Amino acid sequence: MRPFTFTQVQDVDTAVQEVSAEGAKFIAGGTNLLDLMKIDVMSPSHLVDITKIALNTIEETEEGGLRLGALVTNADTAYHELVESRYPLLSHAILAGATAQLRNMATNGGNLLQRTRCYYFYDTQTPCNKREPGSGCSAIKGYNRDLAILGTSEHCIATHPSDMCVALAALEATVRVKGPQGERTIPFAEFHRLPGDTPHLDSNLQPDEIITAIDLPAQGFAQHYTYLKLRDRASYAFALVSVAAALDLEGSTIKKARIALGGVAHKPWRVPEAEAFLQGKEVTTENFRRVAEAYLLGAKGYGDNTFKVELAKRAIVRALEQATKMEPTS
Amino acid sequence: MKENYTGKPANRVDGHAKVTGTAKYAAEFDVPNLAHGVVVNSAIAKGRIKSIDTSEALALEGVLEVFTHENRPGYTWLDKHYQDEDSPPGSPFRPLNSDKILFSMQPIALVVAETFELARYAALLVKVEYEREPHSTDFEANISNAYKPKKYKSTPPPDPRGDAEQAFAAAELQLEEVYSHTAQHHNPMEMHASIAIWQEDGSLIIYDKIQGVQNSQEYISNAFGVPKEKVQVYSPFVGGAFGSGLRPQYQLFLAVLAARELKRPVKVVLTRQQMFSFGHRPTTAQRIAMGASPDGKLQAIQHNAFGETSTFEDYNEDVVIWPGVLYHCDNVQVSHQLVSLDVYTPLDMRAPGGTTGTFALEIAIDEMAYKAGLDPMEFRLKNYTDTDLNEGKPFSSKELKECYRQGAERFGWANRKMEPRSMKKGHQLIGWGMAHGGWEAKQKEAAAKAVLSPEGKLEVSCATADIGTGTYTVMTQIAAETMGLPIEDVSFKLGDSSLPKSPLEGGSWTVSSVGSAVKQVCEKLQEEFLKVAQKSGHEIFKDAKPEEVSFANGRMFLSQAPAQSVLLLEVLALNEGKPLEAKVSAKPAKEQQKYSSYSHSATFAEVQVDEDLGTVKVTRLVSAIAGGKIINPKTARSQILGGTVWGIGCALEEHTVMDNHLGRFINHDLDKYHLPVNADIPETDVIFVEEKDEIVNPLGAKGLGEIGIVSVAPAIANAVFHATGKRIRRLPITLDMLM
Repeated sequence: MRPFTFTQVQDVDTAVQEVSAEGAKFIAGGTNLLDLMKIDVMSPSHLVDITKIALNTIEETEEGGLRLGALVTNADTAYHELVESRYPLLSHAILAGATAQLRNMATNGGNLLQRTRCYYFYDTQTPCNKREPGSGCSAIKGYNRDLAILGTSEHCIATHPSDMCVALAALEATVRVKGPQGERTIPFAEFHRLPGDTPHLDSNLQPDEIITAIDLPAQGFAQHYTYLKLRDRASYAFALVSVAAALDLEGSTIKKARIALGGVAHKPWRVPEAEAFLQGKEVTTENFRRVAEAYLLGAKGYGDNTFKVELAKRAIVRALEQATKMEPTS
Repeated sequence: MKENYTGKPANRVDGHAKVTGTAKYAAEFDVPNLAHGVVVNSAIAKGRIKSIDTSEALALEGVLEVFTHENRPGYTWLDKHYQDEDSPPGSPFRPLNSDKILFSMQPIALVVAETFELARYAALLVKVEYEREPHSTDFEANISNAYKPKKYKSTPPPDPRGDAEQAFAAAELQLEEVYSHTAQHHNPMEMHASIAIWQEDGSLIIYDKIQGVQNSQEYISNAFGVPKEKVQVYSPFVGGAFGSGLRPQYQLFLAVLAARELKRPVKVVLTRQQMFSFGHRPTTAQRIAMGASPDGKLQAIQHNAFGETSTFEDYNEDVVIWPGVLYHCDNVQVSHQLVSLDVYTPLDMRAPGGTTGTFALEIAIDEMAYKAGLDPMEFRLKNYTDTDLNEGKPFSSKELKECYRQGAERFGWANRKMEPRSMKKGHQLIGWGMAHGGWEAKQKEAAAKAVLSPEGKLEVSCATADIGTGTYTVMTQIAAETMGLPIEDVSFKLGDSSLPKSPLEGGSWTVSSVGSAVKQVCEKLQEEFLKVAQKSGHEIFKDAKPEEVSFANGRMFLSQAPAQSVLLLEVLALNEGKPLEAKVSAKPAKEQQKYSSYSHSATFAEVQVDEDLGTVKVTRLVSAIAGGKIINPKTARSQILGGTVWGIGCALEEHTVMDNHLGRFINHDLDKYHLPVNADIPETDVIFVEEKDEIVNPLGAKGLGEIGIVSVAPAIANAVFHATGKRIRRLPITLDMLM
């Protein structure tokens, strides 16, 4: 670990000001950043501790939704009464990730900004375009079981590891951020990026911006939802494939469907056109299969992870079946 | 009444020290003026270091030195000076010996600084340029270059019996398959660590994580040319090792080197990532060809193993002894060849060879049972052996049938339908599988010393280790029972190289070897005690012979007339305030050579496999063990539970992935190298069946370190077949194989 300076700030404006210095980074829960600093994958020269900023509440919005403060912990979010009752999909997704200890430390803003878990990103003695732009991607021809099958580029096949974000994508949350130019909002689908030829950039958040909150819209799909996470062990493992599925049903007719995939791309994966196909359709396995096929159009395997293409299809079908039957988790 | 401490559950005597944190592990000793070393590892798998620039690191205030091959002082150079008690044949790796790179993550520099944080930072500033050479790490691509080692580390594969090739060709039922698994790493909770302190008189004090302090002592003595009596090694507590501590690891050598050069105590602790930079269970492929008659009698077994080794040592393990130990078959041919790769030498890992060989053999047996249309347990009973056919000797005891009977009953095996995919709940296919296994019950020579203080406190000692298994506790139980003293008055000392000679703590032989020494030294102490009693004029015992007296409740009495007794304290008071001492070196009895001794296990597993998604969950597990006398059922159960947990990991999760482009293990941390978590582990039943054995050793106990794991992975693989109809012959079994 390299030496760094440290400061603690009390408000958003000071935070933004402090982080604009060269090599500065925010730290909140530190559950990812500290690990990465210890192995020299990230080496900020200045840490700005934002944990004392008053962004730690969950409040109802005028639009009938919920505003999740960026510094509320993942655990407090998952177990919050209004989240549990109105957005249970989000609760389930959060609780499918990490461990109780990590969720107690990790914050909502930090969850959005966690880095990939690609094997090579973590090993500074191997080439990795995300860690060291231009050094090459070891994963494409290397071991890629956990890595992406959708939206990849010749430069990077990393995945975004979050479970929470998969649910937020399905719920069409909005990210509120603040920078030197003031506040702005970013629709969740536009928050994370695809790797393209800039794999070192995970999101569209600017280096001098801070996430202040995540807004959930009024519709929470609290009846028919499921978060299905498939992984190599029952707990404390990142998803090979995960599916956040939410249905708005009238009898057996689908009024609205939302599907987001985790573990398959550089960002939570949604295909709105495919979701639209389900609108007005009956909840049949055949319809679920068709939407699953549409979701995986253009998917590409790299050897060790090729099975994910079929696995993701089956997971979508299963998740939609479970959502229909009101079985939130497998 | 005599208090029997053995055979009854006892709490760990060191439990309080462990949970309160007073038990100190190698890295935890407070040493004044301690400097801290951090290791730099190689980025490439083969080639040489073209240049290594340490100037930037050295420029930091507080950095004391950076040791590399360029400034490493010359010590001894013969291979034998670097060999240790567990070295395979070959030329042991020597840290910082030259510019040559032999494997990825090879230690190439040690940065020593005033603080750990500074050393860690400075290690990032060491600039290395390499000259790469093409490496060879692809096991499958190199299997055609496999060779028979000139010398085997363990016993050579048994000689052929009958004509397996012909019998196989003639058999009506035939099976020929390949079974394989990739490398696995030990990953004990405690990382390897050493503290080295050079004294002004040229002697050396070491705190080391090791499974045998005398192995470290001998190794350092040889490598640094210091007389053995000047090297003192301590390792009172070990946070798991599983074989990774059988050989002194490179952090020990580096700590000693740095301490000697800097004339300061130095501590080197490996990181979790560096725990993937040395020994491991080798990648292994096994061909099994098996022939049987239509009624399910085995007629031929060929078991041919190919195991990974390094380019500098020939590591092998007992992968192919199992057909001769576990089954009656007259035509058996086995072999074990090595595939040399640019990796570090593999290292014994819990049930080395047993885990690997049993996994393959026990799946093959299940396959053959299906070919014969026989229940897998019935098939095994049909091919049961009372003789170790490798050695042609009867077993000193073998209650495997009782393991089958009790295990099957507890599990409900009788209700099993033979047909795969015959049980289902929703999307979950349910399967039941079983397997059995064995592990040799060896007694090695071990010494012990007993000291009985004038106050009646007994201290017994031996330079063995307690790697978390309960050695402190069971030795205390054995000593207390033998001497007839309350357990509170007895203590056991270990993990100190100046104590009586011990074999390495491994191979499941510690209770058998050290336990026998403890028993015998207490018996010898009894003789000494009798002499003192006689000398001091105790009339009752005047003509008594040692075998005519007994000890219980703090008294000595005549076995034939228990009322005739004397308090030990009374006799001790007459010994001029001196303690009573005895020493023994316990050797295996000659009688043992007429027999073969093994512990046995039978494991029954239930799994659920999702028919679409392929996810596997072990939902029930029963393991029945025949391990001779169980000295402490409580710690014994923990041992077996630990083995079954590891068996589940072995079956479904554990594998270290070699990236052949980089020549490097790539999932080198506990995020990416999966060990089972609580959520993976079902309710597990452990049964110890009664097994009397008067041959195996004076205690009748067989050792339980290994037997808990061997039959678990194949039982699970066989259950997966029963659930799905898919036969998976490669570990770990993951969901993509079952979709």
